[in-house]
Amino acid sequence: MIRVLLINFVQAALLVVIAPLVAGIIKKTKARLQMRRGPSFFQPYLDLYKYGQKESVVSEHTSWIFKSAPYIYFAALLVAALLVPVISSVGKLNFSGDIILFIYLLALGRFFLALAGLDAGSAFGGMASSREMAIAAVAEPAALLPLFTLAIATGTTNLTAIVFKNAMSGLVLLKPAYLLSFIALFIVTIAETGRIPVDNPDTHLELTMMHEGMLLEYSGKPLAVLTMGADLKQLLLFTLIANLFFPWGIAIGFGVGQIVVGLVAYLLKVCAIGIIIACIESLFAKMRLFKVPDLLLGSFFLGLLGLIAKFIF
Amino acid sequence: MVALNEYLFFGCEGLLLLGGLLSFVLQTKAKLSMVIAFAAASIACLGGLGLGLNVLLAGNNLNLTLPWSLASSAITFTVGPLEAFFITVSALVCFAVSIYSVGYVQSYIGKHNVGVLGLLYCLFIFAIIGLIASGSAVLFLFLWELMSIVSYLLVVYHHRDSQVRQAGFTYVVMTHIGTMFIVLAFLLMYVYAGSFSFAGYILVGRSMPAAVKNIIFLLVAIGFGTKAGIIPLHVWLPKAHPAAPSNVSAIMSGVMIKTAIFGLIKFIFVILGNGPAWWGILLLVIGSASALLGVLYSLMETDIKRFLAYCSVENMGVILLGMGAAMVLARNGFVALAAVALMASMFHVLNHAIFKGLLFLGAGSVNFATGTRNIEKMGGLLRRMPWTGLFFLVASVSIAALPPFNGFISEWLTFQSLLALGASGGNLFLEVLGPLAGAGLALTSALSAAGFVRAFGIQFLALPRSSGAKNAKEVPISMRIGMGILAALCPLLGVVPFIIIKLLAPVTAVLLGVHTAPVLGNYFRLSIPSGVGQHTALSALLVPSLLGMAGLVAYLVVKYIGKGGSVRYAETWNCGTTLTPRMEYTGTAFAKPLRMIFRQIFLPEREVKTEYTVEPYFKAEMSYEGKIKPVFEDVLYRPVTRLFVVVANKIRVLQSGSIHLYLLYMFATLVLLLIFAR
Repeated sequence: MIRVLLINFVQAALLVVIAPLVAGIIKKTKARLQMRRGPSFFQPYLDLYKYGQKESVVSEHTSWIFKSAPYIYFAALLVAALLVPVISSVGKLNFSGDIILFIYLLALGRFFLALAGLDAGSAFGGMASSREMAIAAVAEPAALLPLFTLAIATGTTNLTAIVFKNAMSGLVLLKPAYLLSFIALFIVTIAETGRIPVDNPDTHLELTMMHEGMLLEYSGKPLAVLTMGADLKQLLLFTLIANLFFPWGIAIGFGVGQIVVGLVAYLLKVCAIGIIIACIESLFAKMRLFKVPDLLLGSFFLGLLGLIAKFIF
Repeated sequence: MVALNEYLFFGCEGLLLLGGLLSFVLQTKAKLSMVIAFAAASIACLGGLGLGLNVLLAGNNLNLTLPWSLASSAITFTVGPLEAFFITVSALVCFAVSIYSVGYVQSYIGKHNVGVLGLLYCLFIFAIIGLIASGSAVLFLFLWELMSIVSYLLVVYHHRDSQVRQAGFTYVVMTHIGTMFIVLAFLLMYVYAGSFSFAGYILVGRSMPAAVKNIIFLLVAIGFGTKAGIIPLHVWLPKAHPAAPSNVSAIMSGVMIKTAIFGLIKFIFVILGNGPAWWGILLLVIGSASALLGVLYSLMETDIKRFLAYCSVENMGVILLGMGAAMVLARNGFVALAAVALMASMFHVLNHAIFKGLLFLGAGSVNFATGTRNIEKMGGLLRRMPWTGLFFLVASVSIAALPPFNGFISEWLTFQSLLALGASGGNLFLEVLGPLAGAGLALTSALSAAGFVRAFGIQFLALPRSSGAKNAKEVPISMRIGMGILAALCPLLGVVPFIIIKLLAPVTAVLLGVHTAPVLGNYFRLSIPSGVGQHTALSALLVPSLLGMAGLVAYLVVKYIGKGGSVRYAETWNCGTTLTPRMEYTGTAFAKPLRMIFRQIFLPEREVKTEYTVEPYFKAEMSYEGKIKPVFEDVLYRPVTRLFVVVANKIRVLQSGSIHLYLLYMFATLVLLLIFAR
């Protein structure tokens, strides 16, 4: 029991530590694809350090929501991080929570971030909150449907148990249900992490932005928390995809060898996903806002096909 | 202990009658009459709460026959676990609302007749608790009518407003259409049972011919569905709930519409003993439709109480989802899973009663302080009304089904039962329908999160948009206590849901005959023993503790690492101009993306008028008007009412106004009667 708890906390800590690195890898890859040298892999850490040195300017119109939102957002993501198997998928006695809790913890963070966006009274924040909530509303069923397919296929909604079963059964991705669910979930991940073609993570002052707009009034340390949170959320979703559909190498016990293999395999997997995301960002232009629901609807139907395929094949 | 139940029941009902009558008698002394009515109501509700809990925990049912009779049927009251649960829910919410009312109704003194309000209010709760406990169909109908008429009178309490009168008219017509279907179902049962007592109904319910059972099911589904506000029978709900005084809206939305769910559960599970799979599937489908359309329409409202009313339509849909899943699962032999689904449904009944009651009380407080219900005229209220704001936020987070609050637990159970439906079938249709309904529920709750970000954010955050909002003050202490009781229950039931699971266990045991606890667990975690939930567990206690710890750790780390962190207060950055409330995002603007995304459902229309001083450069005035097409009113109700009017006009030919003609009619009728009824 102690070991199980320990591995959960170690995994969550690992996610927090490498989340900015993955963001850095994406930035670097994008820069290289655009024939630039780009910032260092470790630039996101330096940015966080920089925010930590600054004073924070708070709008005089705000309430306590604005001040507490970053911590609620980050705490929700940190608890979600405890739910996701990273380098090890140890048996049944894992942390008590499941995919539904995972998705709803993300929703909890989003709820308070959207409120914070409205709190300062600026139209930018309001616009961003409104769009974020609208897109998230369409993304949520598209995210849960493929996860339901997996839950039904493995007979549990516990993430660790799903990953464990998938790890035992080898090449799960070859099944049509899994393949379709994977594509569906991947599209949702792009939307949820605020990447092109859904949202542009690199701009602060365009009318197209969503996530960055809600952060507009933040500065200094609260901004560091929110940036860290956004990186962590991105890594959480990558981890989810990597371990649900490609559970290769993940440790199924407590052996040191297994855990080392699990760690290396995990790092390779998330780096690969990061690079793929960077390629997609470089290949596509940002979509018009009202085309995004069509994309997510497509993803929903892929998920539905996956679900039907689960019962047919 | 049985005597205790009787004392509690008589005490509760008697005190409500007494308090109401005293309040009416003393109407000239408005303040005294008000205090008496609401004090009596809150003590009576404590009695009701005691009765419910005593039956649920100690297992002593109440069986009571009064020495009088009503329409030649004995007046009996029976309170088993099912009735006790609904009495508990009603009494709990009415208790908090009664305390709230002491402060709220003060604003009516001198403007309206408070004595009448006190009488109607007490009679309303009297009817609700009485009808849940009633043991015969006649008594049930009598109290059901009393509830409907009293609530109609409460809806038209502000009767000087023509819109309120119109809302009341819609309500009273719709509710009687619903009652008509219920009466038909009762009469049809009477044909087989030979008596109007529910005990007699239960005896024959299971052995009736399948066709009759189907007809009765449809009749009660329409009848109670009207009261529950299920789409497309919901049209009265968004009109009537906002029109009533806010404390009454809280009871109407939190408690009254739950009596319809009670009626449905009683008829389907207790009397008819479930039926073919299509019953459950029908409820699943209309549940999903109500949930989705309810939440979508709610997003388009700028009147906070109309928004909340549509949101009730949504939540009634969610309750039906659990119930439908329970029916299908029970039918297919998965009784333990059916019990989980039924628990999900009834847990949501309780949760919705608590947070929707709280939200209406919050809306009432905001109305009390600002004098408006239009969210576009509010803003910045959190700084002016910190307690009301906090309570409204708690309710919003709960109703958006976010952990660690109570709405999440019931929604989690609903998700699990829908997934169980997907895993249990052997029938491709059911296997896909279950998870698909789950995806619909996910969409619903995400949309409702958007709705409550909008409702809370536009009302309570940023700058005030009107002088009413600018000068708002926190509401009196009794209103805060009333809201505080309900607000405290939201996190409590989210953290230790096992309290409710334990209370519900006898209910599912009676309804489905499951004696092992369907949801295993203890105060630390819930787990579902079978179906998809093999290893599925939710540690409701651990989640908030971890959230708290994680938040604290993040706060401390951020506070002590890095030399920055000093805070400077300054103007919101607004591209170099001064921020005014008119630049803020409005509720209409907030909902715009969703209005665009779901335009096929809303069919929005807009009209922009511009007047120029010098065309096309200098604009003198611009007006914008946007509305959505009320599809159900236009497509379903308008043709029916039109037909009605046409037929009525035709019949009017008979009414010439000539007394000779009327005498002829009488004579002809008499002759006809003599011929046929010799």
